[in-house]
Amino acid sequence: MIGPSSSHTAGAARIGLLARRILGEVPVEATITLYGSFAKTYKGHGTDRALIAGLLGYSADDARLREAFSHARLEGLSFSFVRSEEETAHPNTARIAMRGTSGKRTEVVGVSLGGGRIEIREIDGFPVELNGEEHTLITLHRDQPGVIARTTAILSAAEINISTMRVFRRAKHANAVMLISTDLPVAEDIVESIESVPAIECVLTLEPL
Amino acid sequence: MYEYRTLKELLEQAKSHGVRLHHIALRREAEVSEESEAHLLKKMEARIEVFRESIEAGLHDAAPSRSGLTGGDAVKLARKKATLLGPIARKAQMYALATSEANAKMFRIVACPTAGACGIVPGVMAALIEEKHVSREAATLALFTGSAIGEVIARNASIAGAVGGCQAECGTAAAMAAAIATELAGGTDEESLEAMALALKNTLGLTCDPVAGLVEVPCVKRNAALAVLAVGAAEMALAGIKSFIPPDEVIAAMSAIGRAMPVSLKETSEGGLAKTPTAQATQRRLQQEMNQ
Repeated sequence: MIGPSSSHTAGAARIGLLARRILGEVPVEATITLYGSFAKTYKGHGTDRALIAGLLGYSADDARLREAFSHARLEGLSFSFVRSEEETAHPNTARIAMRGTSGKRTEVVGVSLGGGRIEIREIDGFPVELNGEEHTLITLHRDQPGVIARTTAILSAAEINISTMRVFRRAKHANAVMLISTDLPVAEDIVESIESVPAIECVLTLEPL
Repeated sequence: MYEYRTLKELLEQAKSHGVRLHHIALRREAEVSEESEAHLLKKMEARIEVFRESIEAGLHDAAPSRSGLTGGDAVKLARKKATLLGPIARKAQMYALATSEANAKMFRIVACPTAGACGIVPGVMAALIEEKHVSREAATLALFTGSAIGEVIARNASIAGAVGGCQAECGTAAAMAAAIATELAGGTDEESLEAMALALKNTLGLTCDPVAGLVEVPCVKRNAALAVLAVGAAEMALAGIKSFIPPDEVIAAMSAIGRAMPVSLKETSEGGLAKTPTAQATQRRLQQEMNQ
């Protein structure tokens, strides 16, 4: 990896990379708010360059990380950093608000847990727990009976083993998300059949980082 | 199934299969990752390439780090002939310093086990490779021994400074390096584990109190210092000296000490060296520079 800190540099790069994948397209604009220890030490640790490197799609061991700002200019990603005094649950927290090439906007909150391990804790206001270590399928759907059963039935028919699964909802019968980690990647045609389940609005698949 | 939770279990598995520790570590990794042993060996060998790359980066770049707190010291060691240390200890120290300086300047490194402690294992290993003419294959296998030790420590204690202080980061790295040095110098598996225990025991209690929250002071020079400690631990083990406290009990003690350590000394920069007048003045200067 690229140092100097596995939590403040490599972890930050991984948060940026996972944020890009959650956006699902090339980001052209990003506003990044840093909290706690990230806000205090980000320049010395290169946390800022690491986050941008991740947003550019670079992995945590890509030597381009050091010059991520100039690469961002070349690749048309404009960015700004905000330091927040606000208290957060974890000392190493970053909030990334992104806009992609199509105009799509997504906001994620990520924390760096040490040793390069990370967790995305929020996507567009939804509380989630996503560590980027497994194949993961994310649905945005309406909370109603049968959605979960239909989705898992499709995975089961495809002989895809679910390792962990979590469901979150804003309120009863309101928007909800499912996070399903699987041992195998979920192929495009299976994603399409999950998308056709009534009440499911969209499906996103993430590769392990 | 190759499953071990302690170093004792690891050694017993090696004995019962009639193989070395590194074979068990390799076989287990192959099982867990569902990758072939040949592929894993290649991946591990590539890490040794990165070790070399980081050392070269540190030895050729004398510029200061972005904060100005570190940089240029490995070059000083390289320019001067050793006064006191023998060739292996000298190179281990110089290469560990080079790697840690490279890390502070955002060159590529291997986290082993973490970025802050990334100089110790490569420093010791590169010194042995050069001075003992160790083959690439033997070095790769020894790295599996080191990784198994790191894994057992991570499982039973911690390798995070924020959880266990520097003993968990640089202490673990020194323990891994001592075992690797013992193996590469022709020691037995038992001797490697004794070296591991001797190294870890003598880093117990080390706090994580970096100046201005940066992985530079005292981290960079501590990597250099502990690389020499690791070589010394290996020397003792190779002479047949045993740790009075067995390896797994030393790991348990490290965990307990980490839990007892105040939060101010666990990567928060609220105590110890980070609270010295010099550190405070440095922190103020860096804050001002950042606000400009």
